[in-house]
Amino acid sequence: MYEDLASGSRARRTFTGAAHLLFALQLDGPLVAGLALIAAFGLVVLYSASGQSVATVVRTALRLLLGTVALVLLARVNPNFLRRATPWLYVAGCVLLLIVAAIGHVGMGAQRWLNLGLFRFQPSELMKLAVPMTCAWYLHDRPLPPSWRSLAMLTVLILIPVGLVAIQPDLGTAALIAVAGMLVIVLAGLRVRVMVALVVLGALAAWFGWSFMHDYQKKRVLTFLDPQTDPLGAGYHIIQSQIAIGSGGVFGKGWMNGSQAQLEFLPERSTDFIFAVVGEEFGLLGLLLLLLLYLFVAGRALYLATQTQDTFARLLAGSLALTFFVYVIINAGMVTGLLPVVGVPLPLVSYGGSSVVTLLAGFGILMALYSRRKLIGS
Amino acid sequence: MPAVRIKDQWREQRLFDQRSLVCAAIMGLGVLGLIVRLFVLQVARHEYYSDLSQGNRVRNEPIPAARGLILDRNGEVIAGNQPAYQLEMVPEEVPDLEDTLARLVQLELVRSEDVGELERTVESSRSFDSVPIRLRMSDEDVARFAVRRFEFQGLDIKTRQTRWYPNGELAVHALGYVGAISEQDLKHIDRAAYAGTALIGKLGVESAFERELHGTNGYREVLVNALGRSVERQGAFVPNLRTRSPAAGDDLLLAIDLKVQRTAEAALAGHRGAVVALDPNNGDVLALVSLPGFDPTLFGRGITATEFGALQADIDRPLFNRALRGTYPPGSTVKPVIALAALTYHVVDPLAHRYCAGAFHLPHSAHVFREYHNEHHGSVDLDDAIARSCDVYFYGLADVLGVDRISAFMAPFGFGKAAGIDIGGEKPGILPSREWKAKMFSRPADQVWFPGETVNFGIGQGYLNVTPLQLAHYASIIATRGKIWKPRLVAAYRDPRTGQIHQVPPQSDGQVTGVAPEDWQRVVHGMIGVTTRGTAAAIGYRAPYTFGGKTGTAQVFTVGQNEKYNASKISERLRDHSWFIAFAPADEPRIALAVLQENGGAGASAAAPIARKVLDAYLLGADGKLKPPQLMKPPQLMEPRR
Repeated sequence: MYEDLASGSRARRTFTGAAHLLFALQLDGPLVAGLALIAAFGLVVLYSASGQSVATVVRTALRLLLGTVALVLLARVNPNFLRRATPWLYVAGCVLLLIVAAIGHVGMGAQRWLNLGLFRFQPSELMKLAVPMTCAWYLHDRPLPPSWRSLAMLTVLILIPVGLVAIQPDLGTAALIAVAGMLVIVLAGLRVRVMVALVVLGALAAWFGWSFMHDYQKKRVLTFLDPQTDPLGAGYHIIQSQIAIGSGGVFGKGWMNGSQAQLEFLPERSTDFIFAVVGEEFGLLGLLLLLLLYLFVAGRALYLATQTQDTFARLLAGSLALTFFVYVIINAGMVTGLLPVVGVPLPLVSYGGSSVVTLLAGFGILMALYSRRKLIGS
Repeated sequence: MPAVRIKDQWREQRLFDQRSLVCAAIMGLGVLGLIVRLFVLQVARHEYYSDLSQGNRVRNEPIPAARGLILDRNGEVIAGNQPAYQLEMVPEEVPDLEDTLARLVQLELVRSEDVGELERTVESSRSFDSVPIRLRMSDEDVARFAVRRFEFQGLDIKTRQTRWYPNGELAVHALGYVGAISEQDLKHIDRAAYAGTALIGKLGVESAFERELHGTNGYREVLVNALGRSVERQGAFVPNLRTRSPAAGDDLLLAIDLKVQRTAEAALAGHRGAVVALDPNNGDVLALVSLPGFDPTLFGRGITATEFGALQADIDRPLFNRALRGTYPPGSTVKPVIALAALTYHVVDPLAHRYCAGAFHLPHSAHVFREYHNEHHGSVDLDDAIARSCDVYFYGLADVLGVDRISAFMAPFGFGKAAGIDIGGEKPGILPSREWKAKMFSRPADQVWFPGETVNFGIGQGYLNVTPLQLAHYASIIATRGKIWKPRLVAAYRDPRTGQIHQVPPQSDGQVTGVAPEDWQRVVHGMIGVTTRGTAAAIGYRAPYTFGGKTGTAQVFTVGQNEKYNASKISERLRDHSWFIAFAPADEPRIALAVLQENGGAGASAAAPIARKVLDAYLLGADGKLKPPQLMKPPQLMEPRR
């Protein structure tokens, strides 16, 4: 094995060296490569989408770095420790959410932030990880598929944080937390007829929930159904993003040359609607490449999940992989006008927030679960 | 008792793998759905969205076309274009609006009472759009600002094209003027064609030929961002933007001869009245004067309420176009056409003498129809009656002719209907008849035509009403022995791009028929008599050409049956209107005209001398002799001047 180092080319040596480093850090090479490619592409797009703002790119790069540190550190943690720590994490998260509800910082019309002096922290981000962990933890010792009793318990465990986030109000994040928890249950083998029943119940709940929605939330749904009714108001986002994507065509208008994005017709161009910037400047080909990368990352993550060997690891890893892809689908669906406008960023590409750190931390946990699979079996 | 369930790792792993596979498949389906959506947006509907994005980022800024020039028949500019200066402010570049306005007040560029209004205007404008602060700055204002300009950040002097009338009030009632586009104008113009244009023709040639003068505006594509701010580049890229240059409006060549116009205005200056001079051979309007006038430039640069109020309140009514819209009794100027009617209907022997003792009675009536100034003409024939303007003779003719024949005969001479001048806006005047009276009056007792009214009709008093243009038109019909042309101000127009000149052909309006040539000759002879031995002999004195004329005196104030008219005793505004019509040279007429001087008194003393000056101005060369016919130039363009 080591003769390669002496006789191989410089490139091969570098490659082999990197492989050793990844192994030593207990990281999965293909997954890290996929994430790195997406993040790099994201930075390139962000430079254009932010109106050539170097400061924005640097800030995002720093966040990515912070996320990478979290990823590397978490990848070395013993999964059993993670499992045992889960209930404490869950309780801590819920307490933080309660504090936010009580004294949190109001930003953008919602109370989501805890000001920690150095930076502002969103406990709801923590819950994106804590909820699926808790569900997996709960199901770890129990026989699968879950019993009715377990389902009821899980529902309560999910609904407490979801409810706390929803009243901030941050419906998008609340939904994503719920999805992460539900995915664990689905992967645990929830029966199909129960799922069907839940969908029916969900539809009823949606009808019921309509009456409790804030006006702006109702408006979003209505605007989604027919954007033309309010072309300069709430429908403006969707119309402009469709114009941006559609006018990009197959090959795009070229980097930094999308008129919709550069002339600020496209709102939220560097955050929630950055997918449209990719579509405008890099065209259909650019979007297909990006979707392919996401598909690869999610697929690889799901594969790693199937290779883990205990229930907690399997369910948590599977949920993390799928949640990641749900983000992509929801964001892309919203920007292309297939889904209503909800504040879900495009993973690793959208500017801002602590979501990048959470996301990479999630992948760190996933790699930790995968790398320790043999220890658990023995 | 329910079976105790035990964890089965193997089975759970299989279940998980199964579920993962299904989830992966659902993921794949989601991506497929997205790809289909992207295909719809980026391939199938690409062009649609391309157009929308193009429409988003590009705004068309209009470039106003230069308005066509207006020139007189010798190519002299009557209306042109000139830059006007205005002070404009870009709000976002002004550090302190209040302070800036206060300092402008100190410089006397802004009135202190306007400050509040200006602040509101600026605050309601977009911060990057230039807001006009002060319009129509004089050269002095510009200079005063220019030396302090460094103190006024965000303010600048902008120029725009405005209408310029180098001769001021000259011919204003023929020209009209340009003013701000009003609500009413907007109803009948194409708004798109006027984008970027602030002024539109009002009245006169400026209004009637608006379409020709306006031209076609161009546009310039400007890159704008979502806020509407124009930007130079889009991201890192400077796009290719189109520009279409404007096409200037057509230049109009008028039939007016400014030399004649100036002479007429100078001769009438200080009085209210009108002069209309026509070329009887084609209807060319050689001069069209209505005094007092006003300076049309006022409207182009933006008239203030005070200025407009003063014009409207002026007792002399400078805004009123007397030449086209002022209606007056024609007085004795109708005598030639009454004489022609009598000759044509064979109710008079032109050589037979009648005795004029200064008064006329209808049979079985005590009413006295008096001679003007109670003159006694003694024994007069037709020729004398015209030359010396004998009322008694014409009272008799009118009585014999009767109202029906007079009315019918006069109609072809243009009485009671518009002459059809190309700028429109004429009043038709009144040609009375039995039917007219029946229609006009509501009380049955008033609807009957009285014989006495026919008698007055014979000397142009009573209901008969004419405009100065109509009388000039009538003079030109007599001059050409019956040829009728529609009066026209615009003789030709020139496309400024190609330089091509389009002549406007003269518009014939038929001919007076049924009048024998010798009867025309008798009446013309009588009118020559007016200027040689008759009422206007004084003005015909030593004229280098023979010319026909006719004086007229229109009553404003009715003199009592037994009173004498005494001009010095009644107020100036109740004095008679003074008329004179003429054509020259008598045998080969080149000009026919009508002169009206309101409250000028007798036609011979006020209007006739003005007429002579106008005739001389048009007909005589520099040597004081009649210009040979070949030197009389048709309207033509000199070197294009822009």
